[in-house]
Amino acid sequence: MAAMTPAERSAQARSLRARHAHSTGTVVSLILRYGFLIILAIIFLFPFYLIVRNGLSTDADITSPHWTFFPKTLHFENIQALFSDPDVPFLDGLINSTLVAILQTVGQIMISALAGYGLARIPYRWSNHVFFAILLTLMIPSAVIYVPTYVIVSDLGWVSTLQGLVVPGMFAGFTTFLFRQFFLSFPSELEEAGRIDGLGYIGSFWRIVVPNSYGIIAALSVITFITSWNAFLWPLVVGQDQSAWTIQVVLSNFLNAQVLNLHELFIGAMIAIIPLIVIFLVLQRYIVQGYKQSGLKG
Amino acid sequence: MQYPGSSTPAPTQKKVSLEPAQQTVKPTVSRNRLRTTLAFWGFVGPLLLGLLFFFFIPILWSVVLSFSNARSTLTPQSFAGLSNYQHMLSDPDFLHALGTFIIFAIFIVPLTFICSLGLALLVNSIRVGQGFFRLVFFLPTACSYVLASVIWKVSIFNGTFYGLANQVLAIFHIAPVQWIFTSNPPWYWLVLVTVRLWLQLGLYMIIFIAGLQDISRELYEAAAVDGTRGGWKTFRYITFPLLRNTSISILLLNVIAAFQAFDEFINIMSNGNSILARPPLVYLYQIALTDGNFGYGSAGALILTLIIVCFTLLQGRFLGFGRAD
Repeated sequence: MAAMTPAERSAQARSLRARHAHSTGTVVSLILRYGFLIILAIIFLFPFYLIVRNGLSTDADITSPHWTFFPKTLHFENIQALFSDPDVPFLDGLINSTLVAILQTVGQIMISALAGYGLARIPYRWSNHVFFAILLTLMIPSAVIYVPTYVIVSDLGWVSTLQGLVVPGMFAGFTTFLFRQFFLSFPSELEEAGRIDGLGYIGSFWRIVVPNSYGIIAALSVITFITSWNAFLWPLVVGQDQSAWTIQVVLSNFLNAQVLNLHELFIGAMIAIIPLIVIFLVLQRYIVQGYKQSGLKG
Repeated sequence: MQYPGSSTPAPTQKKVSLEPAQQTVKPTVSRNRLRTTLAFWGFVGPLLLGLLFFFFIPILWSVVLSFSNARSTLTPQSFAGLSNYQHMLSDPDFLHALGTFIIFAIFIVPLTFICSLGLALLVNSIRVGQGFFRLVFFLPTACSYVLASVIWKVSIFNGTFYGLANQVLAIFHIAPVQWIFTSNPPWYWLVLVTVRLWLQLGLYMIIFIAGLQDISRELYEAAAVDGTRGGWKTFRYITFPLLRNTSISILLLNVIAAFQAFDEFINIMSNGNSILARPPLVYLYQIALTDGNFGYGSAGALILTLIIVCFTLLQGRFLGFGRAD
């Protein structure tokens, strides 16, 4: 190593990385790292490729003993075959899933944001007790008590109905908890200014707090939507009639049918994932932010 | 034993704050208080009403049902005492289901931890293309368990010659393997573990990367001046200790998630071989939804609830979660 002037030595720490990058050891390590990452990326993307490959093939292509990476002709007519197959309520499933995911997201976000604001800002005597009751619900994941919830929903006569699919999922202690934490850190000067202008709680929530909270609302909304679209356990339990199947239940029934219709199964899977891939690519920033915040979620 | 209620004030304290205030109440003050009360319930009421109907009442009703005989009905038929609980705790299928969870957790928890930490370190160590790789590994989070089960069961681990895994084996002249429909050897665990790894690694990687980026760069620079740079030593003495909280929360989250395993098991282990690997929630589905035995099913649900509460309290203890106020 060449001798260094004192000035160089003082900057040693910062320049270490840059100087190091020239040594052959680092170049090799960099190539190895990128090589490994590229291999892993191919493995992670492979299942997506399999959906597209199988979805656009004929059954004969899929079951052929000679692996082909892509069918010679792309069978887009599989889409039409799927939607016109009387044995598979695919279109109904898509409609149900869209309705359930949108209604559940809007409902859950509105209810949780309101409650989170109330808990954070309204100086009510029993506020802490109420908050403690909400924290209690965080200890038990809703999946573990699906039998008890089913019993109540069934007593209400909500089996195989849209409200049975949507309503029980609208009350989320954890989303409320996240909103409360966010509103606690919200600068209260803004709201006080609004109060001087004569705004009540509703006014300052709606006119001041909500317009300044679009980031967290977007992040939690998109995660709620994804969770709702991909949910399986509850829709399976409550959606007993075929008319109430969501897309996940349709696919599951399709997967375990007596006779497997491979190309329709995979083109169905492809259609079910496309909306979410689009959401992921467009809203990636919010999704990552939301998962970081709610990473503690069970 | 950790008791979550210990942090809230005892009920007697509320009187102290009430009485002196009422001596000097003016009409405007009490009107303000009424307005506060109304506003609070207006904001928090919808959530509480929902939690009452879809959380607290179901659990209480389950307690009633679990002490009753209730077959093919949702109302108690006759008092059963503790018999549902006694049967459940000595039911070999239920114990087997708990055993299945333990085996699954032994595989999935350490694997998820090591692989997601490894991915995070790898992705975090590069500069060019970091966003791309992060997106690629995160993308499976968009998939549902049902969808992944379709790919894994039909396309990758299909027992016939055209399944991808068997196609790869064929290159090495190895005969096709029945991945799912055989218990000897239990290859189905490979299917069940890899499908969950693919689905959840990216998410935990993101959480680890967030933890890594919280570590001050100055620490690494100081260590570099001291002669420690790169490699195992930095990881062992700086990175890993500072990731302690992230690590513990990811481990416990994974155990809790494994306890709730349902989707991939019911979709992959169906068609008559479900008995091989049937985790608790799948067994409950069998009892309550298939056989219609709601008294027995409720007892099972409550036993599982107690188990999961212990896990969450453990998690809260490590993360200080229950002490949020």
